[in-house]
Amino acid sequence: MSVLSYPFDNAYILQKKKSIKRELLTKSSFVDKKVAILSGSTIGEIKNILELFLLDYDIKPEFLVGGYNRYFEELMFDDGTLSSFAPDYIYIHTTFKNIENLPNPDDTPEEVKLKLDKEFAKYKAVCEKALSYGSIVIVNNFEYPFYRVYGSKDAVVPQGAVNFTTRLNLMIADYVDTKANLYLNDINYLSSLVGIDNWFNLENYYLYKYAVSVNHIPDLCFGIAKIIKSTLGKNKKSIVLDLDNTLWKGVIGDDGVEGIKIGIEEPAGYSFWEFQSYLKKMSKLGIMLNVCSKNEEKIAKQGFTDRKESALAVDDFICFKANWEPKSVNIANIAKEINIGEDSFVFIDDNPAEREIVRQSLPAVTVPEVTCPEDYIKSIDRAGYFEITAFTKDDAKRNEMYKQNAARAAQENSFADYTDYLLSLDMSSDIGPFNTAHSERITQLINKTNQFNFTTRRYTRAEIDEIISDTDNYISVHANLVDKFGDNGITTCLIASVEGTNANIDLWVMSCRVFKRHLEYAVFDELVKECISKGVKTITAKWIGTAKNVIIKDFYETIGFECTLDTESEKSYIFNIPDNYEKKNKVIKMNRI
Amino acid sequence: MTRDRIYEKMTEIFRDVFDDESIVLSDETTADDIEDWDSLEQINLLMAIENNFGIKFRLADVSGLENVGAMVDLVQRLVG
Repeated sequence: MSVLSYPFDNAYILQKKKSIKRELLTKSSFVDKKVAILSGSTIGEIKNILELFLLDYDIKPEFLVGGYNRYFEELMFDDGTLSSFAPDYIYIHTTFKNIENLPNPDDTPEEVKLKLDKEFAKYKAVCEKALSYGSIVIVNNFEYPFYRVYGSKDAVVPQGAVNFTTRLNLMIADYVDTKANLYLNDINYLSSLVGIDNWFNLENYYLYKYAVSVNHIPDLCFGIAKIIKSTLGKNKKSIVLDLDNTLWKGVIGDDGVEGIKIGIEEPAGYSFWEFQSYLKKMSKLGIMLNVCSKNEEKIAKQGFTDRKESALAVDDFICFKANWEPKSVNIANIAKEINIGEDSFVFIDDNPAEREIVRQSLPAVTVPEVTCPEDYIKSIDRAGYFEITAFTKDDAKRNEMYKQNAARAAQENSFADYTDYLLSLDMSSDIGPFNTAHSERITQLINKTNQFNFTTRRYTRAEIDEIISDTDNYISVHANLVDKFGDNGITTCLIASVEGTNANIDLWVMSCRVFKRHLEYAVFDELVKECISKGVKTITAKWIGTAKNVIIKDFYETIGFECTLDTESEKSYIFNIPDNYEKKNKVIKMNRI
Repeated sequence: MTRDRIYEKMTEIFRDVFDDESIVLSDETTADDIEDWDSLEQINLLMAIENNFGIKFRLADVSGLENVGAMVDLVQRLVG
């Protein structure tokens, strides 16, 4: 665990920031990102501390820091500084102190309404302008003020600043929800977690115009960093859970199914029930739950089937490993079975010895220090492992899809010939160029796919929209895959840039759960067809090696490319399109969209 | 708390904040003596001192802290 992992010590981070940074910079690989921080009040330490949290997520930021309280002017009347910096991210640091049209006790409700509309219009204009730079934009909502002239009634009357802030925050939430590439850092929530008097330190404000107490800058920056890493596909995907004293109180093998404590009837059982309920909600967001417990499987399952007070059911888990194998072996097997990297897992176990063994043998797995049951939820929730920035229909269905995969794996074993097996799946696919209706899912797929990803190039939603509109210079392909077990959703996309009679594959990603189902052939067929219609004669491509995409190192050879450069870390290819190109996919029924 | 003990903790804070193990403090040390000591670091120092000594500076306390000696005096007054 890093000193920057939740629950971190704000004071320690602030005091040791320079040595922490030195330490972080010794890591081997980073993705470079440009971050503009625009100021509504003093930025100062925000830049330094945000840098630490980003480095901890393997993101190396280059910063542009705006002038003190110049965010509005710098965005709206850019003198070229911002556009030439070309930020990947713009963070606009505004707080309650930036609200210009606060209500007064002598305003009529109508006047307050006008002020609210005016304030929101300004906020919106700033966001729209920031988005026009093609960056991902992160904004704060507003924390509550430190005084209330009406007392509690401040929350009730339109003239109250508390009421005004609440309304403004709701307008902002509704607006942010409709905008791609715009994300909200909820400082209203962050400030309530630590308390308004701690969040807003009067001495810090009067002396240095810090609208967030220096002591809580780490909390603020962690919030921003979590959003940034999430947009870069760095979220975790799955939780592996122990059972005894993790999902219920007691040891089911010793205490018996009636002896364990779960449910809202007693304090001990309540905290476990609440934890299960939390996990159930997470699974509805597409977070995959698995069990890894030292137990007899049959007895372990009774904790869910025979105890109706359990909020979780056996069906909520993708893999259920209740056996006597070492947990590290089980987790490695789960990773293989559902085909995601070990670094996508969070392991929760009340037993410190088990946690330590998993940390030692599977260093990629995240293992939070969980202490008492009532803190289990916080140790996952506050850490932001699963910070949601995009939520698509496919996410909601992901658990279902992974379960279907397990069914497919079972069927695969009963066929001697692989093509026969593929034909037995009755596969069909909608294929076509990128379209706006799917651009959110396409962007998400591109940014989170690491294994079947030849170039690991990341794209923003704005760049995808650009590719959609520029059909002269780009060929794009995306496809879903449906089979008799269910719909896998959009699972692959490809971007090629056309120059003269050559098309270069800039990006090709595919969700690993459908790799080798010949969808890769179908996508290539589609690319060739588009190339022919554009008069393109050759296709070039690259494999750029990462820690994760070795699985496709020799893929282009298998579809007829000629290798023109072959090193450990990079390979280049060319493909001459023959006059009589024969389609490679013979097992999936294709529908053009 | 003795002045020596305060100096000991202050030295550690200064060394952490400026990431420089060679810093040695005296009553006469000022911002001119430490290269990175600007107004931004001044507040970081003050916050670190608050956190380490478990004290809270009020607005009136922190204006006119010209040198380390004045800081040590202030800490001594607040921790007693």
